[in-house]
Amino acid sequence: MEKYLYLALFSPLVGSLFAAMFGAQPKKLITGIVSSALLFVSLFSSLYLLYYVVTTDSIVHVKLFDWINVGDLAIPFGFVVDHVSVIMMVTVTTVSALVHVYSIGYMKYDEGFNRFFSYLSAFVFSMMILVMSDNFAGLFIGWEGVGLCSWLLVGFWYKKPDVTRDVNPSISPSWAANEAFIMNRIADLGMLIGLFLIYWNTGSLQYDVVFQDVSALNIGLVSLIGIFLFIGAMGKSAQFPLHTWLADAMEGPTPVSALIHAATMVTAGVYLVIRANPIYSAVPDVGLFIATLGAFVAVFAASMALVNQDLKRIIAYSTLSQLGYMFVAAGLGAYWIALFHLMTHAFFKALLFLGAGNVMHAMDDELNIFKMGGLAKTMKWTAIMMIIASLALAGIYPFAGFFSKDKILEVAFDSQHYILWVMLWVGAGLTAFYSFRLVMLVFFGEERYKKFGFHPHEAYWYMLAAMAPLAVLAIIAGFFEEGFERFVTSILPEYHFHVHGITVVALIGVTTLIALGGIALAVYKYSRGGFSEKWKENPVYQLLINQYYIPVIYEKLFSKPYAELSRIAWKELDLRVVDATVDFIANVIYKSGFKGRVVQSGNLSSMLKWMVIGLVVLLILVVLYSPVR
Amino acid sequence: MITLSHYLVLTAILFCIGLVGILRRKNLLMLFFATEMLLNAVNIGFAAVSKYYMDLTGQLFAFFVIAIAASEVAVGLGLLIIWYKRVGSIDLDTMQSMHG
Amino acid sequence: MIEAIAFYTFATLTIAMFVITVMSKNALYAMSALAAGMIFISGFFFLLDADFLGVVQIIVYTGAVMALYAFGMMFFDTTREVKERNSSAKVVFVLSGMAALLMVVILVAPIISDKVQALYPMREDVGNAEAVGIVLFTKYLVPFEVAAVMLLVAMISGIIMASKRMDESLTLKEDEEIQKKAAQ
Repeated sequence: MEKYLYLALFSPLVGSLFAAMFGAQPKKLITGIVSSALLFVSLFSSLYLLYYVVTTDSIVHVKLFDWINVGDLAIPFGFVVDHVSVIMMVTVTTVSALVHVYSIGYMKYDEGFNRFFSYLSAFVFSMMILVMSDNFAGLFIGWEGVGLCSWLLVGFWYKKPDVTRDVNPSISPSWAANEAFIMNRIADLGMLIGLFLIYWNTGSLQYDVVFQDVSALNIGLVSLIGIFLFIGAMGKSAQFPLHTWLADAMEGPTPVSALIHAATMVTAGVYLVIRANPIYSAVPDVGLFIATLGAFVAVFAASMALVNQDLKRIIAYSTLSQLGYMFVAAGLGAYWIALFHLMTHAFFKALLFLGAGNVMHAMDDELNIFKMGGLAKTMKWTAIMMIIASLALAGIYPFAGFFSKDKILEVAFDSQHYILWVMLWVGAGLTAFYSFRLVMLVFFGEERYKKFGFHPHEAYWYMLAAMAPLAVLAIIAGFFEEGFERFVTSILPEYHFHVHGITVVALIGVTTLIALGGIALAVYKYSRGGFSEKWKENPVYQLLINQYYIPVIYEKLFSKPYAELSRIAWKELDLRVVDATVDFIANVIYKSGFKGRVVQSGNLSSMLKWMVIGLVVLLILVVLYSPVR
Repeated sequence: MITLSHYLVLTAILFCIGLVGILRRKNLLMLFFATEMLLNAVNIGFAAVSKYYMDLTGQLFAFFVIAIAASEVAVGLGLLIIWYKRVGSIDLDTMQSMHG
Repeated sequence: MIEAIAFYTFATLTIAMFVITVMSKNALYAMSALAAGMIFISGFFFLLDADFLGVVQIIVYTGAVMALYAFGMMFFDTTREVKERNSSAKVVFVLSGMAALLMVVILVAPIISDKVQALYPMREDVGNAEAVGIVLFTKYLVPFEVAAVMLLVAMISGIIMASKRMDESLTLKEDEEIQKKAAQ
């Protein structure tokens, strides 16, 4: 059984190294094929492990080798395949394998083809380490690894120059990559503090040891640990206020957005909270804070997606919003529900992004949805799949999103946090509206693209074939809910609902109603040509379309003063003080040599004079230091 | 009474006169004269020490100093003459080819 | 008593002569003063019972060395005043004064210990020359021979420096070749 674990873990690494060998060369198709094949190997190993865990209900735990053994600190390189991690493994490898195949077509004409597959597989490897590790240190390694690969991938087209914020809110791919990495770094500081607190108080970083000992610790300390770990999760899962990087990360190629910013990396934060559930169960107040923040982000992000014109940014904001939903569930103690929503969301969000990729390819990388329209005629299959994904996102029965999202709303209502429920309910409506706004503006209505001279065509057959399994999963995944619950709650705590019967039906009905209402409004409005231009004058519109001016605030409040501080530290301190001191020492030596050169003038008379001076000095020394006095 | 100290003080004075000569003289020949003075001054010192300690070593030393001084003068004058024939001046300031 | 008078006389004269040597602008005066100073120094040697050394001083130094200097002077224009550019007279005198002071302090102060041993003590029965000879040919035999070699080397170097066309050998050539070379 261990060999399947190793296969699942290391196949992406082998694929990455293989592709890296051709990194600087022009496109070689073999890199894409080999990487994708290895990812399928990883996928089948994960599926086999899932089958094994399901049938035997046992955990596979291996220790690869001792990594750090210093004093009392013993951190092994260990991996565990239990119910939670096998679900994550299957999700990650499914989406990754399909995205790899898709990328063969998407990146067909890109000169960095080999480099792309190397980075993509490296990312999957880091993510696998993250979910399979059996201690917090391994988790952190995977955490940093995905951060790094995300930086590499978002900044894939690093040669594009910087532009101003009104031309492109993300300024440039390399800027966006730096922003993502730096924001994650800031959050990682919090996570590190959490890890240090854990180690200091329990003496180990292994999950089993920590979770056993955590009940014995003082509540204030556990709250602190929970808060700091959540700060780390906030960075990775882009919760407010560390959310601006996610929208800007759309500068990377679309498969990257599909894999990283929909299905895997951003869910790492949720995974952390789910994995550390004993900590969060002990401090329900921290959990409530997490849930509140999640609900806020859900509405916040959905509001920004309402008015945005950029195809990928709308989907990015929807990801942000759904992450908020997941955190609500995790914060209120319904961990298995959060995991379930994580899994279904991965499928339909990846599908949405891949569909968006098809549209972009057809429209020569144009992103403004107001320049599209009526594409359903030429891109039939893409349109169908995106509609399926949007229905799943909006939470319509029988698609997957219905089961997971509705459960979260039930949880909110059930734990008597009615305000949270209202926020989530409004968010569901907004979600439905903007998803179908997107669908209507891109695929139906007037064919605006003809004015701009685009000639769209459907994507290659294998790209559609890669998207098809995701579509199928988006449809049927919801029906596995009961089996999923039974399976996962062997490890995760169960959530006992207090509301039953008619209340539940009423809740479901109300939620479905608002979702359908949102869809209907979008379809109605946009089939009649959309909203009028007068809305653009509205200050609320201005606020939303500028992302509540938060990036501008961050730039003024943090980036510019910090850059100024750095400039001062460089010019005033480093150049003037440190460099000057070193230069001064060198100068002193140089000048003294320069001045001392006079002694060797070549003039016999002056050299004799120096000899006499030396003689006098020696005589003085004799008088001063003579041994016989 | 004339003690050893008298002779040694005399030696010191003569030696320093020789030093003055070395420092002052810019003509190479004059420099040689001053060098001779140095050697003679220490010869007096050696001889004085030899007498007051009843040891012959000092006198022998002075003897060898004289021998060496003689040979040094021979060689030095020979070189000086060759230089004068080649350059035409024996002023020290003209003998400087390093630039300091 | 006589010793003291002799000592101070000789000392004054020597110092005066040497000062003239150092300070004079005329090369001839300087050389003459140096020769005179040498003679007075030999007087010191006789005062110190170093007869052999005194005689050697007169013969070698005053006779040979000063004569050598006199021959050397023939090459240079001796009537002309020697022009010298003195950079700073003060520094020179200060330096020498300090050196003198320090040396006097060293030598006069009771630094010289009482542990000096006479290795080759003077014998009362023989004269100074004989005593010098005994020591010279026993203890200082090797330095003596080395000094002889050194004098030989100096002599050879003097010959080479003074002569021309040393690369040709006069004894191994025939007469005609030498005549031809001389005619060129």
